[in-house]
Amino acid sequence: MRGPALLVATVVALGLVWEAAAFFGWVDGAIVPPPGEVLAGIPALFTDEDLVHRFATTFLEAFAAAGLAASVGVPLGLWLHASRAAGVAFTPWVAAIAAAPLVLLYPLFLVIVGRNMGTIILMGGVAGLPAMALKTKEGFDGVPPVLLRVARSFGFGRWEMFRKVLLPSAVPTLANGLRLALVFALINVVGVEFLVNFGGLGQLIADLSDRYELALMYGAVLFVILVSTVFFVLTERLERWIRPA
Amino acid sequence: MNRVLAMRAGAALSLLALWEAASASGWFYRGVLPSISQIGPAVVRVVGDPAFARHLGTTAMEVGLALLIGGALGVVVGILVGGGRWLRAAYEPALHYLAPTPKIIFLPILIVLFGVGPSSKTAMGALSCFFPVALSVASGMALIDPVHLRVARSFGLSRWRTIRSVVLPSLVGPLVTGLRLGLGVAVIGCLLSEIKLSNRGLGFLAIQFYGQFRIPEMYAVLLVVFALAGLGNALFGRIRLPGSTIRT
Repeated sequence: MRGPALLVATVVALGLVWEAAAFFGWVDGAIVPPPGEVLAGIPALFTDEDLVHRFATTFLEAFAAAGLAASVGVPLGLWLHASRAAGVAFTPWVAAIAAAPLVLLYPLFLVIVGRNMGTIILMGGVAGLPAMALKTKEGFDGVPPVLLRVARSFGFGRWEMFRKVLLPSAVPTLANGLRLALVFALINVVGVEFLVNFGGLGQLIADLSDRYELALMYGAVLFVILVSTVFFVLTERLERWIRPA
Repeated sequence: MNRVLAMRAGAALSLLALWEAASASGWFYRGVLPSISQIGPAVVRVVGDPAFARHLGTTAMEVGLALLIGGALGVVVGILVGGGRWLRAAYEPALHYLAPTPKIIFLPILIVLFGVGPSSKTAMGALSCFFPVALSVASGMALIDPVHLRVARSFGLSRWRTIRSVVLPSLVGPLVTGLRLGLGVAVIGCLLSEIKLSNRGLGFLAIQFYGQFRIPEMYAVLLVVFALAGLGNALFGRIRLPGSTIRT
């Protein structure tokens, strides 16, 4: 328990230093509002800025985006696994796309789809897709050959083989891929919301900064960091629960 | 091998054909999917414009400084966090979970602190680059061969000498890995903040073309950016460390 205690102590200490810096005038309170003011503004985020509704919007978009990534990425990954030639030819392409700064494509979706939820969900989906496809391929490639041989000697058909052998042993890696898709989707959804000034939490930050409501904006940034961290912890727990150790 | 080449060529041609068909179909708003015959010349026009070099220079400078600043901070924090058991228990999870949070939302704060010019974009890139480098170096600290440390101790090396001759050389591999990941996110951080609010850089150029509805030019800038990012990534991937089995 000493580790988390040290972390909490550090956060509190940084908060106090920040507060002191504002109190003694080392930093301009108009530029960097003191933590007390930021905390005092948090209720207003809920009452005046519709925080709960925006939170729901952002997460629904992220889940829709991850769903999109999975519905294209899983079949793509299966194809890369099932056809050896396709795997050799296109896995490097998918890996290159995974490493590319995909979010920079958002102006492209902006002109094609328009400034609406479609752009946000598409961008989040595109960001999660390569990881989902690569993890699907990895999962099915990684099925132990001995299981396949046993299944074959029991005379399993194609479907039975998939249902009873391939799928169960690929599930942990698929879960890992789905978690990555969700994480990338959430990052990109919030980012694009902020950039195009539309939607949930990302737009809230853009909006508050346009109105120069700095204390509220810092509060909103802290809130986003907090909920995304909690989200990452939860999805990781979920994945660990699926993955037999 | 030939089959693979044929499949790749087929896929590339089908994608281009699909694009052309979509462009000619009239299903999309006019002009938003320009034909390749328009995008090609736009690339030449955009890159040939003398202003392009200036924008490229600004972005390259921002990304370079971001790698330097974020990388240096990442190395220091990575060594500190990876170096002690308590520090690692306290701060490694924090780094791990903060790393994937959407950094771009810090942009308004960075603009207030560093102004609307290239400094806030550099800060954004450095903030993005910091996390992968710090995480990679911190986990690199855990992988230092304890035998090397014991040898250093039995040779009676001072603390500083141990750091210089044992610790730092073993961190080169993790650092290169971290910087490679850091380059990707620094490019994203710098360009996105240019797109959001700035008056120079490749991100600004792309969004300016968007604003003027010069869509082929916008695609051209994005193509160039992706080509450069891919090139940078490939160059990092080619780094082979002498006397080390670590591949990045």
